[in-house]
Amino acid sequence: MTLDWSWISGHTDDLTTLTLSHLQAALTAVLLGLLISLPLAVVAHRVRPLRGFLLGISNVLFTIPSIAIFVLLLPVSGLTRTTTVIGLTIYTLVVLLRNTVEGLDSVPLKTKEAAKAMGTRPLRTLLTVELPLALPVIMAGVRIATVMSISLVSVATYIGDGGLGQLFTDGFQRNFPTPVIAGVALTILLAVAADALLVALQYVLTPWKRRRA
Amino acid sequence: MIQFDAVHKRFPNGAEAVHDLSLDLPEGGVTVLVGSSGCGKTTTLRMINRMVEPTSGTIRVGGKDVQQQDAAELRRSIGYVIQQAGLFPHRTVLDNVATVPLLLGHGRKQARARAAGLLETVGLAADVGKRYPHQLSGGQQQRVGVARALAADPPVLLMDEPFGAVDPVVRSQLQDELLRLQEELNKTIVFVTHDIDEAVRLGDRIAVFRTGGHLVQCSSPTELLARPADDFVAGFLGAERGLKLLSLRTLAAVPQGPAPGGGGTWTLVLDEARKPLHWASEDGEVPVRPLKDTDSLLSALNESVASPTGLIARVDAAGTLTGVSSRDDIHSHAGQAHSEARVAA
Repeated sequence: MTLDWSWISGHTDDLTTLTLSHLQAALTAVLLGLLISLPLAVVAHRVRPLRGFLLGISNVLFTIPSIAIFVLLLPVSGLTRTTTVIGLTIYTLVVLLRNTVEGLDSVPLKTKEAAKAMGTRPLRTLLTVELPLALPVIMAGVRIATVMSISLVSVATYIGDGGLGQLFTDGFQRNFPTPVIAGVALTILLAVAADALLVALQYVLTPWKRRRA
Repeated sequence: MIQFDAVHKRFPNGAEAVHDLSLDLPEGGVTVLVGSSGCGKTTTLRMINRMVEPTSGTIRVGGKDVQQQDAAELRRSIGYVIQQAGLFPHRTVLDNVATVPLLLGHGRKQARARAAGLLETVGLAADVGKRYPHQLSGGQQQRVGVARALAADPPVLLMDEPFGAVDPVVRSQLQDELLRLQEELNKTIVFVTHDIDEAVRLGDRIAVFRTGGHLVQCSSPTELLARPADDFVAGFLGAERGLKLLSLRTLAAVPQGPAPGGGGTWTLVLDEARKPLHWASEDGEVPVRPLKDTDSLLSALNESVASPTGLIARVDAAGTLTGVSSRDDIHSHAGQAHSEARVAA
Protein backbone atom coordinates (compact mmCIF):
# COMPACT_ATOMS: atom_id res chain seq x y z
CA MET A 1 0.00 0.00 0.00
CA THR A 2 2.39 2.66 -1.06
CA LEU A 3 1.31 5.95 -2.57
CA ASP A 4 2.00 6.40 -6.24
CA TRP A 5 3.00 10.08 -6.24
CA SER A 6 3.34 10.18 -10.01
CA TRP A 7 -0.37 9.26 -10.35
CA ILE A 8 -1.24 12.13 -8.05
CA SER A 9 0.91 14.66 -9.87
CA GLY A 10 -0.53 13.44 -13.17
CA HIS A 11 -4.12 13.88 -11.96
CA THR A 12 -4.09 17.25 -10.14
CA ASP A 13 -6.69 18.69 -12.52
CA ASP A 14 -9.05 15.73 -11.95
CA LEU A 15 -8.52 15.93 -8.19
CA THR A 16 -9.30 19.65 -8.18
CA THR A 17 -12.44 19.19 -10.25
CA LEU A 18 -13.67 16.33 -8.04
CA THR A 19 -12.93 18.29 -4.84
CA LEU A 20 -14.86 21.33 -6.07
CA SER A 21 -17.75 19.17 -7.26
CA HIS A 22 -17.77 17.39 -3.90
CA LEU A 23 -17.80 20.66 -1.99
CA GLN A 24 -20.51 22.13 -4.20
CA ALA A 25 -22.85 19.19 -3.59
CA ALA A 26 -22.36 19.35 0.18
CA LEU A 27 -22.69 23.14 0.49
CA THR A 28 -25.77 23.33 -1.74
CA ALA A 29 -27.41 20.69 0.45
CA VAL A 30 -26.63 22.58 3.66
CA LEU A 31 -27.90 25.88 2.22
CA LEU A 32 -31.11 24.26 0.98
CA GLY A 33 -31.48 22.49 4.31
CA LEU A 34 -31.16 25.81 6.10
CA LEU A 35 -33.71 27.47 3.81
CA ILE A 36 -36.20 24.68 4.52
CA SER A 37 -35.40 24.42 8.23
CA LEU A 38 -35.73 28.11 9.12
CA PRO A 39 -39.43 28.54 8.33
CA LEU A 40 -40.26 25.06 9.62
CA ALA A 41 -38.36 25.75 12.85
CA VAL A 42 -40.21 29.04 13.34
CA VAL A 43 -43.50 27.15 12.96
CA ALA A 44 -42.33 24.36 15.30
CA HIS A 45 -41.16 26.95 17.83
CA ARG A 46 -44.36 28.98 17.81
CA VAL A 47 -46.97 26.23 17.36
CA ARG A 48 -46.25 23.72 20.12
CA PRO A 49 -48.51 20.92 18.81
CA LEU A 50 -46.64 20.89 15.47
CA ARG A 51 -43.24 20.73 17.10
CA GLY A 52 -43.17 17.01 17.86
CA PHE A 53 -44.68 16.24 14.47
CA LEU A 54 -42.07 18.19 12.45
CA LEU A 55 -39.11 16.96 14.50
CA GLY A 56 -40.52 13.42 14.24
CA ILE A 57 -40.67 13.59 10.45
CA SER A 58 -37.07 14.81 10.23
CA ASN A 59 -36.03 11.95 12.50
CA VAL A 60 -37.84 9.35 10.39
CA LEU A 61 -36.27 10.71 7.18
CA PHE A 62 -32.86 10.42 8.81
CA THR A 63 -33.36 6.69 9.46
CA ILE A 64 -33.77 5.89 5.73
CA PRO A 65 -30.47 4.37 4.53
CA SER A 66 -28.63 6.77 2.24
CA ILE A 67 -28.41 4.39 -0.73
CA ALA A 68 -32.15 3.75 -0.45
CA ILE A 69 -32.86 7.49 -0.60
CA PHE A 70 -30.92 7.85 -3.84
CA VAL A 71 -32.66 4.81 -5.32
CA LEU A 72 -36.07 6.12 -4.26
CA LEU A 73 -35.29 9.47 -5.89
CA LEU A 74 -34.20 7.94 -9.22
CA PRO A 75 -37.72 7.93 -10.77
CA VAL A 76 -38.06 11.60 -9.79
CA SER A 77 -34.79 13.19 -10.74
CA GLY A 78 -32.75 10.43 -12.39
CA LEU A 79 -28.98 10.01 -12.35
CA THR A 80 -28.26 13.68 -11.75
CA ARG A 81 -26.62 16.09 -9.32
CA THR A 82 -30.17 17.07 -8.30
CA THR A 83 -30.70 13.60 -6.85
CA THR A 84 -27.48 13.89 -4.86
CA VAL A 85 -28.41 17.29 -3.49
CA ILE A 86 -31.99 16.31 -2.59
CA GLY A 87 -30.74 13.23 -0.75
CA LEU A 88 -28.13 15.15 1.19
CA THR A 89 -30.59 17.96 1.98
CA ILE A 90 -33.01 15.47 3.54
CA TYR A 91 -30.24 14.33 5.89
CA THR A 92 -29.26 17.84 6.93
CA LEU A 93 -32.83 18.53 8.08
CA VAL A 94 -32.60 16.37 11.18
CA VAL A 95 -29.77 18.48 12.62
CA LEU A 96 -30.69 21.87 11.20
CA LEU A 97 -34.36 21.71 12.15
CA ARG A 98 -33.69 20.52 15.69
CA ASN A 99 -30.91 23.03 16.33
CA THR A 100 -32.86 25.94 14.90
CA VAL A 101 -35.86 25.10 17.08
CA GLU A 102 -33.62 24.75 20.12
CA GLY A 103 -31.83 27.97 19.23
CA LEU A 104 -35.14 29.84 19.09
CA ASP A 105 -36.20 28.20 22.37
CA SER A 106 -32.99 29.43 24.00
CA VAL A 107 -33.81 33.11 23.45
CA PRO A 108 -34.74 34.48 26.91
CA LEU A 109 -38.42 35.30 27.30
CA LYS A 110 -37.39 38.57 28.98
CA THR A 111 -35.55 39.68 25.84
CA LYS A 112 -38.52 38.91 23.60
CA GLU A 113 -40.79 40.76 26.02
CA ALA A 114 -38.43 43.74 25.90
CA ALA A 115 -38.56 43.80 22.10
CA LYS A 116 -42.35 43.71 22.18
CA ALA A 117 -42.58 46.39 24.87
CA MET A 118 -40.32 48.70 22.84
CA GLY A 119 -42.81 48.42 19.98
CA THR A 120 -41.04 45.88 17.75
CA ARG A 121 -43.42 43.91 15.52
CA PRO A 122 -43.21 40.07 15.50
CA LEU A 123 -41.40 39.66 12.15
CA ARG A 124 -38.79 42.26 13.03
CA THR A 125 -38.36 40.66 16.46
CA LEU A 126 -37.74 37.31 14.75
CA LEU A 127 -35.19 38.73 12.31
CA THR A 128 -33.35 41.20 14.54
CA VAL A 129 -33.63 39.65 18.00
CA GLU A 130 -34.58 35.96 17.97
CA LEU A 131 -32.49 34.70 15.05
CA PRO A 132 -29.30 36.57 16.03
CA LEU A 133 -29.58 35.24 19.59
CA ALA A 134 -30.32 31.73 18.30
CA LEU A 135 -27.31 31.92 15.98
CA PRO A 136 -24.76 30.09 18.17
CA VAL A 137 -27.05 27.05 18.49
CA ILE A 138 -28.02 27.20 14.79
CA MET A 139 -24.35 27.44 13.79
CA ALA A 140 -23.54 24.38 15.87
CA GLY A 141 -26.11 22.54 13.73
CA VAL A 142 -24.73 24.00 10.50
CA ARG A 143 -21.26 22.72 11.41
CA ILE A 144 -22.50 19.19 12.05
CA ALA A 145 -24.66 19.24 8.90
CA THR A 146 -21.73 20.46 6.79
CA VAL A 147 -19.26 17.85 7.99
CA MET A 148 -21.92 15.15 7.71
CA SER A 149 -22.79 16.19 4.14
CA ILE A 150 -19.15 16.29 3.07
CA SER A 151 -18.70 12.72 4.25
CA LEU A 152 -21.99 11.57 2.70
CA VAL A 153 -21.43 12.91 -0.83
CA SER A 154 -19.32 9.84 -1.65
CA VAL A 155 -22.37 7.59 -1.31
CA ALA A 156 -23.78 9.23 -4.44
CA THR A 157 -21.10 7.42 -6.44
CA TYR A 158 -23.74 4.68 -6.79
CA ILE A 159 -25.80 6.98 -8.97
CA GLY A 160 -22.81 8.17 -10.97
CA ASP A 161 -22.11 11.32 -8.93
CA GLY A 162 -20.29 11.40 -5.63
CA GLY A 163 -17.43 13.87 -6.11
CA LEU A 164 -14.32 12.47 -4.44
CA GLY A 165 -16.23 9.20 -3.90
CA GLN A 166 -15.50 8.35 -7.53
CA LEU A 167 -11.87 7.93 -6.54
CA PHE A 168 -12.88 5.10 -4.19
CA THR A 169 -14.67 3.05 -6.85
CA ASP A 170 -11.88 3.74 -9.30
CA GLY A 171 -9.24 2.53 -6.84
CA PHE A 172 -11.22 -0.54 -5.76
CA GLN A 173 -11.95 -1.63 -9.31
CA ARG A 174 -8.31 -1.44 -10.33
CA ASN A 175 -7.00 -2.64 -6.96
CA PHE A 176 -4.95 0.54 -6.91
CA PRO A 177 -4.88 2.21 -3.45
CA THR A 178 -3.53 5.66 -4.36
CA PRO A 179 -6.85 7.23 -5.55
CA VAL A 180 -8.62 5.81 -2.47
CA ILE A 181 -6.08 7.33 -0.10
CA ALA A 182 -6.10 10.63 -1.98
CA GLY A 183 -9.92 10.69 -1.86
CA VAL A 184 -10.03 10.02 1.88
CA ALA A 185 -7.35 12.64 2.56
CA LEU A 186 -9.10 15.29 0.47
CA THR A 187 -12.48 14.53 2.07
CA ILE A 188 -11.02 14.95 5.55
CA LEU A 189 -9.20 18.12 4.49
CA LEU A 190 -12.42 19.52 3.03
CA ALA A 191 -14.38 18.76 6.20
CA VAL A 192 -11.77 20.29 8.49
CA ALA A 193 -11.40 23.40 6.30
CA ALA A 194 -15.16 23.92 6.03
CA ASP A 195 -15.57 23.53 9.78
CA ALA A 196 -12.79 26.04 10.47
CA LEU A 197 -14.39 28.53 8.09
CA LEU A 198 -17.74 28.13 9.86
CA VAL A 199 -16.11 28.75 13.24
CA ALA A 200 -14.58 31.93 11.79
CA LEU A 201 -17.94 32.95 10.32
CA GLN A 202 -19.64 32.48 13.67
CA TYR A 203 -16.96 34.59 15.34
CA VAL A 204 -17.62 37.38 12.86
CA LEU A 205 -21.41 37.12 13.21
CA THR A 206 -21.57 37.09 17.03
CA PRO A 207 -19.43 40.01 18.24
CA TRP A 208 -21.23 40.05 21.63
CA LYS A 209 -19.88 36.59 22.45
CA ARG A 210 -16.24 37.55 22.10
CA ARG A 211 -15.23 39.40 25.22
CA ARG A 212 -16.51 38.09 28.50
CA ALA A 213 -16.43 40.68 31.23
CA MET B 1 -52.94 61.78 31.41
CA ILE B 2 -53.65 58.12 32.13
CA GLN B 3 -57.19 57.11 32.95
CA PHE B 4 -58.48 53.72 34.01
CA ASP B 5 -62.23 53.44 33.69
CA ALA B 6 -63.90 50.39 35.27
CA VAL B 7 -61.05 48.13 34.19
CA HIS B 8 -61.20 44.41 34.91
CA LYS B 9 -58.62 41.78 34.08
CA ARG B 10 -59.29 38.09 34.45
CA PHE B 11 -56.67 35.67 33.19
CA PRO B 12 -57.66 32.56 31.19
CA ASN B 13 -57.05 30.40 34.29
CA GLY B 14 -59.83 32.34 36.05
CA ALA B 15 -57.60 34.35 38.38
CA GLU B 16 -58.78 37.91 38.78
CA ALA B 17 -55.76 40.20 38.52
CA VAL B 18 -57.46 43.58 38.49
CA HIS B 19 -60.92 44.26 39.92
CA ASP B 20 -62.98 47.24 38.81
CA LEU B 21 -60.17 49.76 38.66
CA SER B 22 -60.99 53.40 38.09
CA LEU B 23 -58.04 55.67 38.53
CA ASP B 24 -56.98 59.00 37.08
CA LEU B 25 -53.29 59.82 36.90
CA PRO B 26 -52.67 63.52 36.17
CA GLU B 27 -49.89 64.69 33.87
CA GLY B 28 -46.44 64.89 35.42
CA GLY B 29 -45.36 63.33 38.68
CA VAL B 30 -44.59 59.86 39.88
CA THR B 31 -47.38 57.46 40.75
CA VAL B 32 -46.17 54.36 42.58
CA LEU B 33 -48.26 51.19 42.50
CA VAL B 34 -47.51 49.10 45.58
CA GLY B 35 -48.80 45.88 47.07
CA SER B 36 -47.66 42.36 47.80
CA SER B 37 -47.05 39.98 44.91
CA GLY B 38 -50.14 38.92 43.02
CA CYS B 39 -52.05 42.11 43.83
CA GLY B 40 -52.35 43.17 40.19
CA LYS B 41 -49.96 46.12 40.24
CA THR B 42 -47.77 44.83 37.41
CA THR B 43 -50.82 43.78 35.39
CA THR B 44 -52.21 47.29 35.85
CA LEU B 45 -48.95 48.78 34.58
CA ARG B 46 -48.76 46.43 31.60
CA MET B 47 -52.30 47.22 30.50
CA ILE B 48 -51.23 50.83 29.87
CA ASN B 49 -49.02 49.83 26.91
CA ARG B 50 -51.14 46.81 25.99
CA MET B 51 -48.60 44.19 27.05
CA VAL B 52 -51.72 42.85 28.78
CA GLU B 53 -55.21 43.42 27.39
CA PRO B 54 -58.03 44.23 29.85
CA THR B 55 -61.04 41.91 30.00
CA SER B 56 -63.34 44.93 30.18
CA GLY B 57 -63.19 48.67 30.75
CA THR B 58 -61.18 51.35 28.98
CA ILE B 59 -57.72 52.81 29.46
CA ARG B 60 -56.85 56.16 27.98
CA VAL B 61 -53.44 57.71 27.57
CA GLY B 62 -53.48 61.41 26.70
CA GLY B 63 -57.24 61.13 26.14
CA LYS B 64 -56.97 58.37 23.54
CA ASP B 65 -58.30 54.85 24.13
CA VAL B 66 -55.28 52.52 23.94
CA GLN B 67 -57.43 49.72 22.49
CA GLN B 68 -58.12 51.88 19.44
CA GLN B 69 -54.41 52.31 18.65
CA ASP B 70 -51.91 50.11 16.89
CA ALA B 71 -50.21 48.23 19.75
CA ALA B 72 -46.65 48.52 18.38
CA GLU B 73 -46.99 52.26 17.70
CA LEU B 74 -48.54 52.82 21.13
CA ARG B 75 -45.62 51.03 22.80
CA ARG B 76 -43.08 53.16 20.93
CA SER B 77 -44.76 56.26 22.35
CA ILE B 78 -44.50 54.99 25.96
CA GLY B 79 -41.17 54.42 27.71
CA TYR B 80 -40.90 51.07 29.47
CA VAL B 81 -38.21 50.13 31.98
CA ILE B 82 -38.28 46.38 32.48
CA GLN B 83 -37.42 44.31 35.56
CA GLN B 84 -33.68 43.64 35.63
CA ALA B 85 -33.25 46.00 32.67
CA GLY B 86 -34.10 43.37 29.98
CA LEU B 87 -31.43 44.67 27.61
CA PHE B 88 -30.71 43.03 24.25
CA PRO B 89 -27.58 40.93 24.89
CA HIS B 90 -26.48 41.01 21.23
CA ARG B 91 -26.57 44.78 20.83
CA THR B 92 -24.10 47.30 22.15
CA VAL B 93 -25.27 49.61 24.90
CA LEU B 94 -25.55 52.43 22.36
CA ASP B 95 -27.71 50.37 20.00
CA ASN B 96 -29.84 49.19 22.93
CA VAL B 97 -30.61 52.79 23.78
CA ALA B 98 -31.23 53.62 20.10
CA THR B 99 -33.86 50.86 19.76
CA VAL B 100 -37.01 52.96 19.69
CA PRO B 101 -35.64 55.85 17.57
CA LEU B 102 -34.59 53.22 15.00
CA LEU B 103 -38.05 51.66 15.09
CA LEU B 104 -39.51 55.10 14.50
CA GLY B 105 -37.43 55.31 11.33
CA HIS B 106 -34.77 57.75 12.47
CA GLY B 107 -31.39 57.40 10.76
CA ARG B 108 -28.82 55.23 12.50
CA LYS B 109 -26.40 58.10 12.94
CA GLN B 110 -29.03 60.39 14.42
CA ALA B 111 -30.37 57.63 16.69
CA ARG B 112 -26.89 56.84 18.00
CA ALA B 113 -26.12 60.49 18.64
CA ARG B 114 -29.33 60.76 20.65
CA ALA B 115 -28.40 57.55 22.51
CA ALA B 116 -24.94 58.88 23.36
CA GLY B 117 -26.51 62.03 24.84
CA LEU B 118 -28.87 59.91 26.95
CA LEU B 119 -26.03 57.83 28.39
CA GLU B 120 -24.66 61.05 29.77
CA THR B 121 -28.10 62.04 31.09
CA VAL B 122 -28.34 58.84 33.12
CA GLY B 123 -24.80 59.26 34.41
CA LEU B 124 -22.84 56.79 32.28
CA ALA B 125 -19.45 57.42 30.68
CA ALA B 126 -19.41 57.67 26.88
CA ASP B 127 -17.16 54.61 26.45
CA VAL B 128 -19.85 52.40 28.03
CA GLY B 129 -21.76 52.81 24.76
CA LYS B 130 -19.44 50.48 22.84
CA ARG B 131 -19.78 47.65 25.37
CA TYR B 132 -22.27 44.80 25.49
CA PRO B 133 -24.78 44.51 28.35
CA HIS B 134 -23.08 41.49 29.98
CA GLN B 135 -19.95 43.60 30.47
CA LEU B 136 -21.86 46.03 32.72
CA SER B 137 -22.72 45.90 36.42
CA GLY B 138 -26.34 45.50 37.47
CA GLY B 139 -26.62 49.17 38.35
CA GLN B 140 -25.13 50.25 35.01
CA GLN B 141 -27.52 47.93 33.13
CA GLN B 142 -30.42 49.49 34.98
CA ARG B 143 -29.26 52.98 33.95
CA VAL B 144 -29.07 51.81 30.34
CA GLY B 145 -32.62 50.49 30.74
CA VAL B 146 -33.77 53.95 31.83
CA ALA B 147 -31.86 55.62 28.95
CA ARG B 148 -33.48 53.22 26.46
CA ALA B 149 -36.94 54.04 27.81
CA LEU B 150 -36.24 57.78 27.45
CA ALA B 151 -34.76 57.56 23.95
CA ALA B 152 -37.82 58.67 22.00
CA ASP B 153 -38.65 61.31 24.63
CA PRO B 154 -42.02 59.74 25.53
CA PRO B 155 -44.34 61.74 27.81
CA VAL B 156 -45.15 58.58 29.80
CA LEU B 157 -42.66 56.26 31.48
CA LEU B 158 -43.63 52.86 32.88
CA MET B 159 -41.20 51.29 35.35
CA ASP B 160 -41.75 47.71 36.49
CA GLU B 161 -39.73 47.06 39.68
CA PRO B 162 -36.71 48.54 37.90
CA PHE B 163 -34.42 48.57 40.93
CA GLY B 164 -35.44 45.22 42.39
CA ALA B 165 -32.33 43.31 41.37
CA VAL B 166 -29.57 45.62 42.62
CA ASP B 167 -27.99 45.90 46.06
CA PRO B 168 -29.33 48.48 48.57
CA VAL B 169 -26.49 50.99 48.03
CA VAL B 170 -26.85 51.03 44.24
CA ARG B 171 -30.60 51.00 44.64
CA SER B 172 -30.51 54.15 46.72
CA GLN B 173 -28.21 55.82 44.14
CA LEU B 174 -30.57 54.89 41.30
CA GLN B 175 -33.53 56.28 43.26
CA ASP B 176 -31.69 59.58 43.73
CA GLU B 177 -30.83 59.65 40.02
CA LEU B 178 -34.44 59.03 39.08
CA LEU B 179 -35.61 61.91 41.30
CA ARG B 180 -32.96 64.16 39.76
CA LEU B 181 -33.96 63.12 36.21
CA GLN B 182 -37.63 63.62 36.99
CA GLU B 183 -36.90 67.14 38.24
CA GLU B 184 -35.32 67.82 34.86
CA LEU B 185 -37.76 66.00 32.55
CA ASN B 186 -41.09 66.02 34.43
CA LYS B 187 -42.51 62.88 32.81
CA THR B 188 -45.69 61.12 33.85
CA ILE B 189 -44.15 58.11 35.57
CA VAL B 190 -45.93 54.96 36.72
CA PHE B 191 -43.65 52.94 38.96
CA VAL B 192 -44.33 49.44 40.33
CA THR B 193 -42.64 48.19 43.49
CA HIS B 194 -43.39 45.98 46.48
CA ASP B 195 -41.09 48.09 48.66
CA ILE B 196 -43.06 50.66 50.64
CA ASP B 197 -39.91 52.66 51.50
CA GLU B 198 -39.12 53.01 47.80
CA ALA B 199 -42.73 54.09 47.20
CA VAL B 200 -42.58 56.76 49.94
CA ARG B 201 -39.24 57.99 48.64
CA LEU B 202 -40.19 58.26 44.96
CA GLY B 203 -43.93 58.76 44.82
CA ASP B 204 -45.91 61.96 44.43
CA ARG B 205 -48.88 59.60 44.71
CA ILE B 206 -49.02 56.07 46.04
CA ALA B 207 -51.66 53.56 44.99
CA VAL B 208 -51.93 50.59 47.36
CA PHE B 209 -53.32 47.36 45.91
CA ARG B 210 -54.68 44.37 47.79
CA THR B 211 -54.63 40.75 46.62
CA GLY B 212 -57.35 40.16 44.04
CA GLY B 213 -56.55 43.38 42.22
CA HIS B 214 -58.42 45.81 44.47
CA LEU B 215 -57.15 49.37 44.67
CA VAL B 216 -57.47 50.27 48.36
CA GLN B 217 -56.09 53.79 48.54
CA CYS B 218 -54.44 56.29 46.25
CA SER B 219 -53.09 59.41 47.89
CA SER B 220 -49.97 61.45 48.59
CA PRO B 221 -47.29 59.74 50.73
CA THR B 222 -48.01 62.11 53.63
CA GLU B 223 -51.73 61.43 53.55
CA LEU B 224 -51.18 57.71 53.18
CA LEU B 225 -48.87 57.59 56.19
CA ALA B 226 -51.02 59.93 58.32
CA ARG B 227 -54.37 58.41 57.41
CA PRO B 228 -54.26 54.88 56.03
CA ALA B 229 -57.68 53.99 54.63
CA ASP B 230 -57.99 50.71 56.51
CA ASP B 231 -56.15 48.09 58.53
CA PHE B 232 -54.77 46.47 55.39
CA VAL B 233 -53.02 49.67 54.32
CA ALA B 234 -51.85 50.37 57.87
CA GLY B 235 -50.42 46.85 58.07
CA PHE B 236 -48.73 47.23 54.72
CA LEU B 237 -47.14 50.52 55.78
CA GLY B 238 -45.68 48.72 58.78
CA ALA B 239 -45.05 49.48 62.44
CA GLU B 240 -42.64 52.34 61.62
CA ARG B 241 -45.34 54.24 59.75
CA GLY B 242 -44.93 57.22 62.12
CA LEU B 243 -41.20 57.38 61.46
CA LYS B 244 -41.65 57.01 57.68
CA LEU B 245 -43.71 60.19 57.72
CA LEU B 246 -40.70 61.97 59.22
CA SER B 247 -38.61 60.87 56.25
CA LEU B 248 -40.77 63.18 54.12
CA ARG B 249 -39.96 66.27 56.21
CA THR B 250 -36.69 68.18 56.33
CA LEU B 251 -35.19 69.51 59.52
CA ALA B 252 -34.85 73.06 58.15
CA ALA B 253 -37.49 74.42 60.55
CA VAL B 254 -35.91 72.94 63.69
CA PRO B 255 -34.23 75.75 65.69
CA GLN B 256 -30.50 75.62 66.30
CA GLY B 257 -28.23 77.09 68.95
CA PRO B 258 -24.48 77.43 69.56
CA ALA B 259 -22.42 74.28 69.98
CA PRO B 260 -21.38 73.46 73.57
CA GLY B 261 -17.76 74.47 74.07
CA GLY B 262 -15.53 73.66 77.05
CA GLY B 263 -17.08 73.22 80.49
CA GLY B 264 -19.57 70.44 79.67
CA THR B 265 -18.77 66.76 79.70
CA TRP B 266 -18.85 66.46 75.92
CA THR B 267 -17.27 68.84 73.42
CA LEU B 268 -17.94 68.97 69.70
CA VAL B 269 -14.51 68.88 68.06
CA LEU B 270 -14.10 70.78 64.79
CA ASP B 271 -11.31 70.88 62.25
CA GLU B 272 -9.71 74.16 61.13
CA ALA B 273 -12.44 74.66 58.49
CA ARG B 274 -15.04 74.39 61.29
CA LYS B 275 -16.26 71.02 60.04
CA PRO B 276 -17.52 68.74 62.86
CA LEU B 277 -15.23 65.77 63.53
CA HIS B 278 -16.56 63.99 66.63
CA TRP B 279 -17.83 64.35 70.17
CA ALA B 280 -15.04 64.19 72.76
CA SER B 281 -15.00 63.67 76.53
CA GLU B 282 -12.62 62.25 79.15
CA ASP B 283 -14.08 58.82 78.36
CA GLY B 284 -13.27 58.95 74.65
CA GLU B 285 -14.71 59.96 71.27
CA VAL B 286 -18.05 59.33 69.56
CA PRO B 287 -18.33 59.88 65.79
CA VAL B 288 -20.73 62.56 64.59
CA ARG B 289 -22.72 62.65 61.37
CA PRO B 290 -23.46 66.32 60.60
CA LEU B 291 -26.81 67.06 58.94
CA LYS B 292 -27.81 69.66 56.38
CA ASP B 293 -31.14 71.53 56.25
CA THR B 294 -32.21 69.27 53.39
CA ASP B 295 -31.77 66.10 55.46
CA SER B 296 -34.93 64.50 56.81
CA LEU B 297 -36.44 64.86 60.24
CA LEU B 298 -36.11 61.08 60.48
CA SER B 299 -32.32 61.18 60.09
CA ALA B 300 -32.20 64.04 62.65
CA LEU B 301 -34.17 61.95 65.13
CA ASN B 302 -31.94 58.98 64.47
CA GLU B 303 -28.79 61.04 64.94
CA SER B 304 -30.03 62.69 68.14
CA VAL B 305 -30.84 59.31 69.70
CA ALA B 306 -27.32 58.11 68.95
CA SER B 307 -25.61 61.33 70.07
CA PRO B 308 -24.10 61.25 73.62
CA THR B 309 -25.45 64.78 74.24
CA GLY B 310 -28.78 64.41 72.47
CA LEU B 311 -27.58 67.19 70.18
CA ILE B 312 -27.13 66.98 66.43
CA ALA B 313 -24.52 68.98 64.51
CA ARG B 314 -26.00 71.18 61.77
CA VAL B 315 -23.88 72.24 58.80
CA ASP B 316 -24.31 74.31 55.65
CA ALA B 317 -23.88 73.02 52.09
CA ALA B 318 -20.09 73.35 52.41
CA GLY B 319 -20.04 71.21 55.57
CA THR B 320 -19.22 74.09 57.96
CA LEU B 321 -20.91 74.01 61.37
CA THR B 322 -23.89 76.35 61.68
CA GLY B 323 -25.11 75.19 65.10
CA VAL B 324 -26.67 72.32 67.03
CA SER B 325 -30.27 71.21 67.63
CA SER B 326 -31.60 69.41 70.67
CA ARG B 327 -33.43 66.10 70.89
CA ASP B 328 -36.40 67.92 72.45
CA ASP B 329 -36.70 70.39 69.59
CA ILE B 330 -36.46 67.59 67.02
CA HIS B 331 -39.04 65.58 68.92
CA SER B 332 -41.52 68.43 69.13
CA HIS B 333 -41.12 69.10 65.40
CA ALA B 334 -41.72 65.42 64.71
CA GLY B 335 -44.95 65.62 66.68
CA GLN B 336 -45.89 68.80 64.86
CA ALA B 337 -45.26 67.12 61.50
CA HIS B 338 -47.77 64.43 62.45
CA SER B 339 -50.46 66.81 63.60
CA GLU B 340 -50.04 68.90 60.43
CA ALA B 341 -50.29 65.78 58.29
CA ARG B 342 -53.51 64.79 60.06
CA VAL B 343 -55.02 68.21 59.47
CA ALA B 344 -53.93 68.36 55.83
CA ALA B 345 -55.24 64.87 55.14
